[in-house]
Amino acid sequence: MTKTFLGFPTTFRGNASGVSYAPPGVGQLRGDERFPRAARTALANGQLRRNLGAATATIRAKRAAVVSELPDWEQLRDAGAAIKADVMARLPELLTQLETNVIAHGGQVHWARDAAEANRIVVDLVRATGATEVVKVKSMVTQEIGLNEALEAAGIAPTETDLAELIVQLGHDRPSHILVPAIHRNRAEIRDIFAREMSDAPADLTDDPRHLAMTARAHLRRKFLAATVGVSGANFAIAETGTLAVVESEGNGRMCLTLPQTLITVMGIEKVLPTWRDLEVFLQLLPRSSTGERMNPYTSMWTGVTPGDGPQHFHLVLLDNGRTAALSDDVGRAALHCIRCSACLNVCPIYERTGGVAYGSVYPGPIGAILSPQLTGMGGHHDPNASLPFASTLCGACYEVCPVKIDIPSILVHLRNRAVDQSRGRPGGQLMAMKFVGWVMRSPRRFALAERLTRVGRLLAVRGRIRALPWPGSAWTISRDLPAPPAKTFREWWLEERGHNSHDSHDGSDR
Amino acid sequence: MRIGLFVTCLGDAMFPGVNRATVTVLERLGHTVVFPADQTCCGQMHLNTGYAREALPLVRHHVETFEAALQTCDAIVAPSGSCVASVRHQHASAARDVGATALAGRAEAVGARTYELSELLVDVLGLTDVGAYYPHRVTYHPTCHSLRLLHVNDQPLRLLRAVRGLDLVELPAAESCCGFGGTFAIKNPDVSTAMLADKMSHVLSTGAEVCAASDSSCLMHIGGGLSRLRAGVRAVHLAEILAETGVATGPMGGALTP
Repeated sequence: MTKTFLGFPTTFRGNASGVSYAPPGVGQLRGDERFPRAARTALANGQLRRNLGAATATIRAKRAAVVSELPDWEQLRDAGAAIKADVMARLPELLTQLETNVIAHGGQVHWARDAAEANRIVVDLVRATGATEVVKVKSMVTQEIGLNEALEAAGIAPTETDLAELIVQLGHDRPSHILVPAIHRNRAEIRDIFAREMSDAPADLTDDPRHLAMTARAHLRRKFLAATVGVSGANFAIAETGTLAVVESEGNGRMCLTLPQTLITVMGIEKVLPTWRDLEVFLQLLPRSSTGERMNPYTSMWTGVTPGDGPQHFHLVLLDNGRTAALSDDVGRAALHCIRCSACLNVCPIYERTGGVAYGSVYPGPIGAILSPQLTGMGGHHDPNASLPFASTLCGACYEVCPVKIDIPSILVHLRNRAVDQSRGRPGGQLMAMKFVGWVMRSPRRFALAERLTRVGRLLAVRGRIRALPWPGSAWTISRDLPAPPAKTFREWWLEERGHNSHDSHDGSDR
Repeated sequence: MRIGLFVTCLGDAMFPGVNRATVTVLERLGHTVVFPADQTCCGQMHLNTGYAREALPLVRHHVETFEAALQTCDAIVAPSGSCVASVRHQHASAARDVGATALAGRAEAVGARTYELSELLVDVLGLTDVGAYYPHRVTYHPTCHSLRLLHVNDQPLRLLRAVRGLDLVELPAAESCCGFGGTFAIKNPDVSTAMLADKMSHVLSTGAEVCAASDSSCLMHIGGGLSRLRAGVRAVHLAEILAETGVATGPMGGALTP
C-alpha cells in the first residue's frame, strides 16, 4: 500500500506553485478545442439538438415535480451544503478515518496522487488476479482518469455495464452527460451501434426499445457471470463506518458489486461523508435531483469484505487528481461539493444546445465549467479549459436547482477573474479594451464624450439599424441588428429639458 | 417620493427613450425624479467578465454618486434588473474581495435602496395600475437577473395586466435565458444565437406584436434578432408600455424595430 500526502487546504495565491493539478495527457478532463469552437461543431448537429432538447425538457419536468413534493427541500439543500462544507474543512482527518475503517473490515486502501497513478494501481491489481476482463459499474471518476484506455493498453478488456455507458463504449464515442451519457443518441443510432459492435446481437435487431434492452441484457449477463473482477466508482463513503455506497437505476451495478471475487473502487477524495446519518440527507437529494425519482431503484452499500458473501477482495483507490488544488481555493472549492446529480446540466440553456462533448471534459455543463478548470488548472488563453468559465450567460438556473447549493454563477465569475489575471502582463486586445473602457467610464466627462463619439455609429445605420460591424462587433452582427445610436443621449435630453432640476453635480473630473 | 434615476450606461447612450419613459411614469404618479448627473456605469460588464480590478473604480464611483443622491432621495430606481442586481449583489462583495470594507458597507447601503422599476412600483409604492393604455398584443420575457438575483416574479405581469387595452399572452419557456449574457454574446456568438433562435421562435409562436422585458440589454438582443429576421415583432421595454396613455405624445423610441 502506498500512501501519498494529500496536503492541507491553503488559500490560493494566484499561481500554481505548490498546487498540483491533474496532469495532461491522461484521462479526459480537457478537450482539444476552446469551447466557442467546439460548440459551433455541436450546434451544427440538428439530431443532437433535437435529442437533447427533448431529453432535458422531460427530465427537468420530472425533477421539478418530485422536488415540489417535499416541504423541507430548501432545508435539505442547506443540510447538504453544510455537510459538504464540513467535509472540505477536515478532509485529511476524514480520509484517514475512512482508511482505518476500510482496513479494519478487510479492505485495502491505495492513495493515488493523479490519474496516471490511479490507473497504474488498478492495472496492477487486476493483473495480480490474472484476469483479462473486468466489468464496470457506471462511474464518472474512471472516465475522468481514462481507466478503460489504461486497461486496454495493459491487455485487459473492460466492459461498461450501464446501458448508456455501454452504448457510448461500443460506439467508440464520448459521454455527453453525467447521468445519461448517451443522451445524444436516439434509438435508431443505438440499434446501428449494437448491430455493428455487439458480436452476440441478433441478426434481426430492430430499434424497438424493448428489443434493444433485451439484447443488451443477454450480452451483459454473459459478462457478469464470467467476470472475476469488478471496477466501480462511489457516490459516497462513510468515514465512521468504512462503508461505500453506489446508487443506480438498472441493477447492473449491483451485479458488478456482488458477483466478482475482486472489487476495485476508485473514488475522488471529496466523496467522503463523516457519518452514516449523513446519507439521510443525500439519499433524498440525489435521486430527486438526478433522475427525478423519489428514490433510486438500487442502493448498494458494502463495508470491507464479508466472508462467504460477495467479493472476497476489496480495494479502495482514493484519488486526488487536482482536487486538493481546487480545495486550496476558498471560493472555488465549493465545486467539490458536487454529488454528480446533473440537475445543472438539465436546466442549463447552453448545455441544452451544445451537449456535453463541447466541454471537452467528462464533467460538462455548469458544474463542469467550474470543476474541470480547477482540476487541471488554466494554462493561459489557449488552454481549452480557460474558455469554460466563459461558457455561461450567468443566468443562474444552475444555482437554483443545485441540491447542495453550489453558487455556480459566482464561482464562474471568480474563475473568470483568475483566467484574466493569469493572462495579465501579456499584451492582449481585450485587456487593453477593458482597461480603456474602465478608464472612460469612471469619469462622467469622459463618458459623456464617449457617448457623443458613438454617435458616429449613426452613419453605419440604414433605416435606424446597423446590420454589419467590423470585428469584434461582427460577432454581434452575425445574427443580430444593432439599433442606431440615438440622436440625443438621455443625459443630453435631461440637461436640455430639465437642466434646472438636475441633481447638483460637481465637476466630473478624475477621481 | 423623491426618486433618483439610475439610467445605466447602456440606457443613457443607446436607449434614452426607456429612461424618458421611466420619468414619465413616475412623474405621472406624482413623484419627483432627479437625475444624478455624475453617474456613469455600475461596472457590471467588468465584474462579470473577470475584470474585477478594473471594475472597482466604477463601483466606487457609483457608490459615491448615489450615496450623495440618497441624501435627498428616498430611493433609486433603474429600468434594468441586471444593473440593479449588480449594485445590490455584486458591489459589496467586489469591494470586500480587495479588503475595502468601508466601501463594501456603503455599497450595501446604496444597494438596499436601489430598485428595479417593477419592484419600485409594485413592492415599494404598492401600485399595479399606473394609468397606462397600450392596445397591443404583448408577451413578456422575464430576464434572468430580475428573476433569479432580484427574485422579481410576477410584478411586471401584474403591471401589464392592469394596462388598459393590453392583451397579455404567455411566453412558452419564458424563464429560459435569451442568450445575451453580456460579453457572452460576443465571446460565444454561436451558442448565443442558438439560444436567441429558440427564444424568438417562442415569441413568434404567441402571435404577439410586442415582446416586452425589463432590461434594455436583453431587449437589444431579442429585438436585434427579430429585426434581422424582419419578424414584425417589436422589442419594447416595460417602462415604455407603462408610459403610454394613448392621449399625450408619450415618449416613444428605444424600440428596436420600426
